[in-house]
Amino acid sequence: MTRFVLQRLAGMLLVLVVIAVISFAVFYLLPANPAQLSCGKPCTPENLERAKEFMGTNLPWWEQLGAFLWGIVAGRSFGTGDAAISCAAPCFGYSFQQNASVTELIASRFPVSASIAVGAAVLWLLLGVAGGVVSALRRGTWIDRGVMTLAIAGVSAPSYLVGLLAILLFGFTLQWLPTGGYVPLTEDPLQWLLHLVLPWCTLAFISAAIYARLTRGEMIESMGQDYIRTARAKGLREPRVVVRHGLRNAIIPVVTIFGLDLGALLGGTVIAEKVFSMQGLGAMLIDAVHTLDLQLVVGFTLFSAFLIVVANAVVDLLYGFVDPRVKAAA
Amino acid sequence: MTVANTVEGTGIPSRRTGFVPVTRAVLKDPWAAAGAVIIVVFALVAVFAPLLTAITGQNPYAYHLDLLDDSGAPVGFGGGISPTHWFGVEPLTGRDLFSIVVYGARISLLVGVSATVLSVLIGVVVGVTTGFFGGWYDRVASRVVDVMFGFPVLVFMIALTAIVPAAFPRPLFMILVIGFFGWPSISRVVRGQVLSLRERAFVTASTAMGAGGWRVAFAEVLPNVSATIIVYTTIMVPSMIGFEAALSFLGVGVPPPTPSWGRTIGEAVGWVQITPMYLVFPGAALFLITLAFNVLGDGLRDALDPKGTRR
Repeated sequence: MTRFVLQRLAGMLLVLVVIAVISFAVFYLLPANPAQLSCGKPCTPENLERAKEFMGTNLPWWEQLGAFLWGIVAGRSFGTGDAAISCAAPCFGYSFQQNASVTELIASRFPVSASIAVGAAVLWLLLGVAGGVVSALRRGTWIDRGVMTLAIAGVSAPSYLVGLLAILLFGFTLQWLPTGGYVPLTEDPLQWLLHLVLPWCTLAFISAAIYARLTRGEMIESMGQDYIRTARAKGLREPRVVVRHGLRNAIIPVVTIFGLDLGALLGGTVIAEKVFSMQGLGAMLIDAVHTLDLQLVVGFTLFSAFLIVVANAVVDLLYGFVDPRVKAAA
Repeated sequence: MTVANTVEGTGIPSRRTGFVPVTRAVLKDPWAAAGAVIIVVFALVAVFAPLLTAITGQNPYAYHLDLLDDSGAPVGFGGGISPTHWFGVEPLTGRDLFSIVVYGARISLLVGVSATVLSVLIGVVVGVTTGFFGGWYDRVASRVVDVMFGFPVLVFMIALTAIVPAAFPRPLFMILVIGFFGWPSISRVVRGQVLSLRERAFVTASTAMGAGGWRVAFAEVLPNVSATIIVYTTIMVPSMIGFEAALSFLGVGVPPPTPSWGRTIGEAVGWVQITPMYLVFPGAALFLITLAFNVLGDGLRDALDPKGTRR
């Protein structure tokens, strides 16, 4: 098991370095020049030179790459003397437009996006797995057909469309829930929850149906196996047969797909933030694109890639616990 | 599927993957047939957009400020629905919503289909070569696919829009970006199939007759994967259309004034309470075309499924 964990961690580190190098190459070596953008108009050659020196973009590319990577590990500073700006580790870059390190900017927006993403993921896993198990056990009934119809509608309906219709129905027409905005958990837990119900349900509705479909297929196969008959023959009660013997085996592919969907969950959060007018990481990214705050764009992109790679590694390790065969093979 | 129709000497039912049997099977499935019809209708709408809008003498660019009230909201029932403006008009500008939806089909299908073609091309080439040749190349490519699979692709697409030069045509840029991030799934599926086909007798036979590796891979193995490729292509189109719409919805996709469903839905966010129809028409168009491709893809998969069973 230790070897399995170490292998995964080494693989993860390699992937992180490769992603950082590629992001650096794509965003800093292409014609879009950060110094030029922040130099303003009119941009005298002296000012441009000073801006370049300050940002470190006057250096050869390998030194820039080195400083960039080292900044993530140990922090870095821009400029020298009194005007120097320090960027503490992990430094994903410094937004010269907003005079703040990318890490600080991300940290200030993180609770909003995390509240949306985590709640939505929990809800969709619970609904999806439960829906799949029920429709597998009640194969061919109206529940089964209903879940399968929802699944294909869920795949086809864009989340923003569902979200906007939900706002229209529950927010404006019925006035049960707020139509948008975010209230911090520490400020008012009840309002926090009320503001998040619609985003959670919107994101979960789309994915839960797909998970129900997947779970249903796996569950039907698993429940037809010999070990289920054995479990029943030894006199186990039906709920225990379904959960411990049926679901335990059916859940493994669901865990795999869940790991792969984390990236899509982040994308879904970006969209949900716009629909429900929440000022989270996604809104920050869109603003940064419009104001050409390149450092923030790169920093956030890299951060999100790191987040997903680490989350995937965690899911991979969980997998080792759910599926005994993984441990045996490593 | 009849049992008499089997692969020689194995007793395994052969797959009837010819054009005629598959078409017949799809047509027998009412959902898939309906999906196919809707796709054809949308394609015709996209091609003949100027003719359709000419019926009422409208276009998606002309302002009709006289149809708006002081707050910029359309006057009249359902967002200003009238004999000349079938879907009403756009708030603030008064542009004809029917024309916007009709012309929006063009960018949606153009980006969706082109990005799919690009993804399928990259995916098939990578899948066939990695599956067939194997070795370190396969290991590296598989690792890249693994990483790209879980990637926050939407975040990357948004980020890339920040560095594209303004002079570069935006739809082409979107095709390239969306297409580039889409290839891993089809590459993995194709690789899996090629791996099992590689050991079959006809591959050994053509190698023995002196065919080179590339020729065997693309002339002998590839045609046997075509059914899978067709199904995956059909299933990929709606997700590509969805990416275009999502980027435009977020305001980083197709720039105005080119009509795009996603951008119109994005603009409708602020008008949902006042003129919900402004959201409903482009939303329904996007939902219908996506649903049609998904249902057709499902039908095709059932028709080409070697197990021959309906799930």
